[in-house]
Amino acid sequence: MSIVKVLEGSEAVALAVKACRPQVISAYPISPQTHIVEGIAKFVADGDLDSEYVRVDSEFSAASVISGASAAGSRAYTASSSQGLLLMSEVLYASCGMRLPFVITGVNRTVSAPISIQVDQQDTMSLRDCGMIQLFVESSQEAYDAHIAAFKIAEDPKIILPVMVCMDGWVLTHSYERISLSDQEDVDRFLPPFQPADFLDVDNPKTWGSIGEEDMVMELRYSVQQTMQYAKGRIKEIFAEWAEISGRDYGGLIESYRTDDAEVILLAMGSMTGTIKDAVDNLRSEGDKVGLVKIRSYRPFPYEEIWEAVKGAKAVAVVDANLSLGSEGAIGMDLKAKFYGAPNAPLVVDVIAGLGGRDVNESRIRKIVEEVKEAQVSGFFLREPYWAGLNPTIVP
Amino acid sequence: MEITIGAVVRGGTSLAYKTGSWRDQRPVLDMEECKVCGQCESVCPDSAVHVVEETYIINYDYCKGCGLCAYECPADAITMIREEK
Amino acid sequence: MTAKKDAQQEDLFVSGHRACHGCGMALSVRHILKATGKDVIVVTPTGCLETFTSPYGYSPWRVPWIHHLFENGPSIATGVAAALRAQKKNTTRVVGIGGDGSTFDIGFGALSGMLERGDDVLYICVDNGAYMNTGGQRSGATPLYAATSTHPAGKESVGKVEMKKNVPMIVAAHGIPYVATASVAYVKDLQKKVKRAMEFRGPRYIQVDTPCPSVWGFPSDHTLEVGRMGVQSGLIPLFEMEEGEITHVRKIKKQVPVEAYLRGQKRFRHLFGTEGEKEIAEIQALADKNIKKFGLLGKSKA
Repeated sequence: MSIVKVLEGSEAVALAVKACRPQVISAYPISPQTHIVEGIAKFVADGDLDSEYVRVDSEFSAASVISGASAAGSRAYTASSSQGLLLMSEVLYASCGMRLPFVITGVNRTVSAPISIQVDQQDTMSLRDCGMIQLFVESSQEAYDAHIAAFKIAEDPKIILPVMVCMDGWVLTHSYERISLSDQEDVDRFLPPFQPADFLDVDNPKTWGSIGEEDMVMELRYSVQQTMQYAKGRIKEIFAEWAEISGRDYGGLIESYRTDDAEVILLAMGSMTGTIKDAVDNLRSEGDKVGLVKIRSYRPFPYEEIWEAVKGAKAVAVVDANLSLGSEGAIGMDLKAKFYGAPNAPLVVDVIAGLGGRDVNESRIRKIVEEVKEAQVSGFFLREPYWAGLNPTIVP
Repeated sequence: MEITIGAVVRGGTSLAYKTGSWRDQRPVLDMEECKVCGQCESVCPDSAVHVVEETYIINYDYCKGCGLCAYECPADAITMIREEK
Repeated sequence: MTAKKDAQQEDLFVSGHRACHGCGMALSVRHILKATGKDVIVVTPTGCLETFTSPYGYSPWRVPWIHHLFENGPSIATGVAAALRAQKKNTTRVVGIGGDGSTFDIGFGALSGMLERGDDVLYICVDNGAYMNTGGQRSGATPLYAATSTHPAGKESVGKVEMKKNVPMIVAAHGIPYVATASVAYVKDLQKKVKRAMEFRGPRYIQVDTPCPSVWGFPSDHTLEVGRMGVQSGLIPLFEMEEGEITHVRKIKKQVPVEAYLRGQKRFRHLFGTEGEKEIAEIQALADKNIKKFGLLGKSKA
């Protein structure tokens, strides 16, 4: 059962986290995630959430506090953005290696310099290598449901890895949507208390954080890689299980939107996928055979599912709201790496869009589709990515 | 070698590593001079001196030969001698 | 408690660890855990202690122990303490044991945060005055005029020219229940201070002088002798503070001139060549200042 309320996206996330009953929460402010931790603070202050709420001295400490709490056997949560996420990176690598599960909301915001609080995906992209599961959401409703699933994914006894739910700053966190909120009993039924196999226990003293010599590091990394592969199946199952209870189904690792007979398919993640769906509908009504693959799980990267969805298309435009400067967008690189050598693979154009809050609107989406069509004629090989909405006249 | 998930290890497993091989000198205890004060056991960084039924045993499996027991013994009951290889 | 009775307790920190011969830090940890007992979770940041106690598969820790990173010992400890509170495990305590590199420098912010929040953690800094794990680079804890590998003595250098960061006083300024300084040279005193600290809830700090034979440069059997001289010279005042007031100092029976302390260590050898008298006099002045400030000379009133 659910009730529906009009809520700010941050409030929806705060309510999802509250429903999951984390025992330890750490909080450090940074726009645009601050409303989330403030929302949770109010629940704690009013006695509506029985949690140890730790107001830390930095994001390094925020991630460390939840790592220590997780090692000691408690469900733990924090949220951050941009500079804060970058500051946490060392901690997240270590906690992934040590298999300490917790959930973090990564509210997407670009990174300095120049300092900007506007949205893009550069911040969470910089954490894609560490072994943390990364889920992306289109709407605040999806953010609500993804957080509930995230705890179950993180704490799965065969996963035990941190999970980051990535949601666009301002666009989702500070806008209002009708949100269906599930009953506490439903969440409790879906998400039992955290019961790790190993935790810091005086009755069974163990040692965490040992030195790994050259005869074991590769195997430990391989073990996490295998876990990521396993997680693909579990993520699908867990979202399906939650869909059964909540009535809200988002599909699994990806969502395919009107891709069946599409000739050009856009591939994207985050809130822009909502705009792209509208653009796809409008282009379709004009006779253009376009579609969208929305990535929900970015790590582990669902290349098999994406291949199934796009293999019949002529071209794929990967919309990256991020960039590995000196090379190209991260999703573009992920995709091309997997597709290389596939017979009759669609041509892949990497598109850089939406950096620093540059709106990914329908007009720019249409230009992306045109660009892809043009590239099919003029060639893709050794081509620089297409920058959607760039103003070349003001480039210094 | 068994590698656990996350490389978590049981406590106390260092006993499998015999640091006694590091020694180039070894402490020898003269029980006639010994006042049974426990100072040697107290100052050994490697827990290699133990009281056992009112006498002291040096555990040469782990003794690194640092000499602290000999230096700190108030009765001069411990002598460091060159380790025979 | 006599040393003999002390000797019969079951070791929570066992043999087989890879500390150097005569390591002051290893000895301190044995006594710290004797004083805390087994109902503790220990957090150690990266450093000597972490490295010599955690080659994979060879751990001497018979208590639950976690090493995470270099700069977050205090914040990991905060997280563990929060989890214990959430799980209502009221008797298990959290003890952080970390070196000076972590405590004084890279983890200083995290330490301050933990103290300011009032987290229930006893944080013990085992201080050997440099980044010893990596070969003895200068830290904020390196004493005046000590040579280190990143601030060696030379034609244009007399070693560290900055004062040792006064962390115990900075920690005390956070208004925490208990602060103490101790030395591995006085293990019964160390145990007593750890036990006293465990009587409080909230953040507590103990800084333990742990001489390092390998890098300070003295024979491995001299660790406690060097430690004693450091204390008896006045350079390393041993005191306790509760709620910001000094409650106890360990008196010096007979003041040892700093020169005797410095002469026995290779890291001060450069002060005993053609130059160095001025520097030794400055160090003596520091010791004298401590003696005056803490009232270290004379009979104990206890």
